[in-house]
Amino acid sequence: MFGSVAFLIIIALSLLIFAVSEPLKYYFTLALLLAGVALSGSWSIDILTGSAPAIELILFRPAHGPGFVLTLDSLSAFFVIVINITVLIGFFYARGYLAPYRQTKQNTRFSIHFFSYFWLWLSMLMVVLLRDGLAFLIAWEIMALSSFFLVIFEAEDRKIMKTGISYLIQMHVGMFFILIAFLLVYRATGRLSFDALAEYFSVHRNLPLFLLFFVGFAIKAGFVPLHTWLPEAHPAAPSHVSGVMSGVMIKMGIYGIARVLASMQSDLLATGIFILVISIMSGLGGIMMALVQSDMKKMLAYSTIENIGIIGIGLGLGVTGQALGSQSLALLGFSGALLHVFNHSLFKSLLFFNAGSVYYATHTRNMEQMGGLMKKMPWTAMMFLTGSLAICGLPPFNGFISEYLIYMGMFYSLSDATLYISLLMIVAILALSLIGGLALFAFTRAFGIVFLGEARTAAMNHAGEATPGMIIPQVFTVGLILLVGLGSSVVVKPVFNNVMITWGLKGMPMVAGALSYNLSRISLAGGILVVTLGALLLYRRYHLSRRVVEAGPTWGCGYTAITPRHQYTANSFSGNFNVLAKPVLRTGKIIDLPGENELFPGKREFFTRSHDMFKLYLVDWPANRLSGLLKRIAVMQTGQIRHYILYAFLFMLLVLLLSLFNII
Amino acid sequence: MAGFILIVIAALFFPGIILRTKSIASGRKGPGIFQPLKDLAVLLRKDSVFSTSTGLIFRIAPSVALVSVTGAMLLLPFSEHKAILHFEGDFIMFAYLLALGKFFMIIAALDTGSSFEGMGASREALYSMLVEPAFFILLATFAMFSSYTSFSVIFNHFYITGNDYVFIYSIIGAYLFVQIAMVENSRLPVDDPKTHLELTMVHEVMILDYSGFDKALIHIATNLKFALYGSLIYNLLVPAGWNTLLKTGAFFGVQTLFAVIIGITESFRARNKMNKNPKFILTLTTIALIAFMVILILTEKLV
Repeated sequence: MFGSVAFLIIIALSLLIFAVSEPLKYYFTLALLLAGVALSGSWSIDILTGSAPAIELILFRPAHGPGFVLTLDSLSAFFVIVINITVLIGFFYARGYLAPYRQTKQNTRFSIHFFSYFWLWLSMLMVVLLRDGLAFLIAWEIMALSSFFLVIFEAEDRKIMKTGISYLIQMHVGMFFILIAFLLVYRATGRLSFDALAEYFSVHRNLPLFLLFFVGFAIKAGFVPLHTWLPEAHPAAPSHVSGVMSGVMIKMGIYGIARVLASMQSDLLATGIFILVISIMSGLGGIMMALVQSDMKKMLAYSTIENIGIIGIGLGLGVTGQALGSQSLALLGFSGALLHVFNHSLFKSLLFFNAGSVYYATHTRNMEQMGGLMKKMPWTAMMFLTGSLAICGLPPFNGFISEYLIYMGMFYSLSDATLYISLLMIVAILALSLIGGLALFAFTRAFGIVFLGEARTAAMNHAGEATPGMIIPQVFTVGLILLVGLGSSVVVKPVFNNVMITWGLKGMPMVAGALSYNLSRISLAGGILVVTLGALLLYRRYHLSRRVVEAGPTWGCGYTAITPRHQYTANSFSGNFNVLAKPVLRTGKIIDLPGENELFPGKREFFTRSHDMFKLYLVDWPANRLSGLLKRIAVMQTGQIRHYILYAFLFMLLVLLLSLFNII
Repeated sequence: MAGFILIVIAALFFPGIILRTKSIASGRKGPGIFQPLKDLAVLLRKDSVFSTSTGLIFRIAPSVALVSVTGAMLLLPFSEHKAILHFEGDFIMFAYLLALGKFFMIIAALDTGSSFEGMGASREALYSMLVEPAFFILLATFAMFSSYTSFSVIFNHFYITGNDYVFIYSIIGAYLFVQIAMVENSRLPVDDPKTHLELTMVHEVMILDYSGFDKALIHIATNLKFALYGSLIYNLLVPAGWNTLLKTGAFFGVQTLFAVIIGITESFRARNKMNKNPKFILTLTTIALIAFMVILILTEKLV
């Protein structure tokens, strides 16, 4: 009871953000967030440690209409933790990031921004805590609206406004799918709630309703081909918002899918294969497109699609495991997916914050103009490196652990699988290893081009390190990444428990025990790695201290007039891949060749660009065809009133004729 | 433990054997078998020059590469003598550890700000991306056939499944390991370590700016990596249960044979055209898939 009252007070106080004067506004919002995080965090920890099986808090429940009842089970508790960590770190980071805007933006803009940030956090919390369908949809809608206001923080730029509106429209398309799905459940069971899903699924066919839910949630999560809002909205938003959106908001889609999957009872194999196929497409498509971007934040946005693909592969394997009655595959798939949700929320928000710091220092997101930033921003560079290593799934960082779990699921299930399942698994293994290789390609490119070598433009020379206020929150994220990477055997246990409770798996302890042994070995290997590396570096230092160490220019093959412009660019680094991926990415060049009569060719421009083929063929092409068709019909729109009266007359005639022949 | 020590010993002779094979094949007197080791000793004594463009990454990368290779060595068994670290799915860690070293070598090349090294780094990133699936499919096939997922157990259970045709698979597997090792270590036909023109290099061009101690570390890592793959091939080909002396002999026999194969390939074969390399490497994945089909037939899932 105390909890729900305190929670309502925090929500009510958020209105005061508009009233509090400027220097205190940020701290007031922070205090509210901290209070809310502490409250919801303590509930989740109670659930996850098992000291309370489930918590139910009534915020507001009218006799008719949506019931705002917070229901915590282990799945929602897990997501609450994920939300709270990244949202809080993002808000600490926001203070430094927003500082330069204080001179140019009005006070109310900040009020709206902070208010929306608070409500984004609140609505995400509600999304994972509310079970009532209508209340859930209201929270889902607030989430879309508040994130919309966050994206258009720099609304003076018309492009950003346009992106924001297109984002808002796509979110609503998704919402309609979820609404229809809920209404189907309501018609069949008389209840509008997630709790009624199990009842619906036990009677009706499972796949059609799942597909409806999936489309709605997948637009939020960014599965290919429903991802088109993602690479536009993430770069447009301020970096702390992109970090939160990419780190946690899109995971609400994953939460929804997981929640629906947990109640499903039949059609499991078809569902599993469907999710696997979509996820493999997302994973490969996302990382391939990430590899050819020159906009730093767009590249990270595409890599988010890739990671959603990896999470989806985990979920798909889990469902397939359930369908086959293979408990180990189910456990490993679902745990890998959930752990990757947590891991990705850490390293992707970290990478977005770093991209923000780079933007803060250089005022550009174009990687082709950067270079040598590690010398100017050593902290940011080291953290971007940590994030890159983690996202590539390299040991001893956290990404390795979740990818390991997913791989293990596939390898375990191979030995006694039937022919078709073996083929499915081998395709998934092929895809996952290819995704891993491509991620390594994409992130060596991003890190190397942005932070290493020499500055490509003079603007980089004025860049400076981000403020300590921006760096310290990121250090916490790095700490968590290392904690999961090195202490996986401890961290994974609550995730295992969570999966077993949520998906009702029984008789697991044996596989789970073996796995925690494996994970402890992985931790040991990681420890050995760190210690030997430290020892070797110390020895290297001692060794070099007894030799002459000189500085000289980079080897130029005898050529001495080298400028930083000669360096490999981001585009040339991925050039050989572009050639290979041409059928998919259609990378093209726009060259403006000199004319025949031009004796002294002037300045020329040269562009290379790649296409998002999914967007091109699955979204843009049908949309253009449709609008072309509609334009042709618009011939009827003459603007002359007598024509419109004629249309009305013709319509009535049609109705008359149709009813005459008993057709309607 | 035995596996680790044997790999270190094999790595001492490995480059020398390649060198001798190439000298004999081309009719030269050539340097002695210990010449690469002497070169290493010279490098370790030398002073260092660092480019002014480079920073921390360039300096730590060779150490990370070496540590990642030694980390991978901890996971390899020697027949029924288990590896120092063994757990289910250790081969996933094996692959990702090697990738960690590669990640650092690629960014170190970009740290020099040289267009040559950027080119080499780009090629290395592409080839290692392409070769990854072949390795994973190969190991998935092992896992499927033996029902185990650890290096230390897979190979022991390989020959006792009672299936007489398993040697077909061993041969394909050994062939693939040799090819993967060639790609991973940047040897012919993908890359020619002896080429003199920067534009045609892959691995060599990435380490152009290294000197002294760090260059020695890179060479040590490369040699260990050869012996690492040699040890994998040995474990695949030689059944468990032979007596220790015979096994040790077989181990060095396989390693020598592997080195001789590399030497002979490099003596009689030209390097691929650079734009043929992706096709060549993707062929390995295809062969791995064929190997997978072979196992499907052997386990009577298919046909």
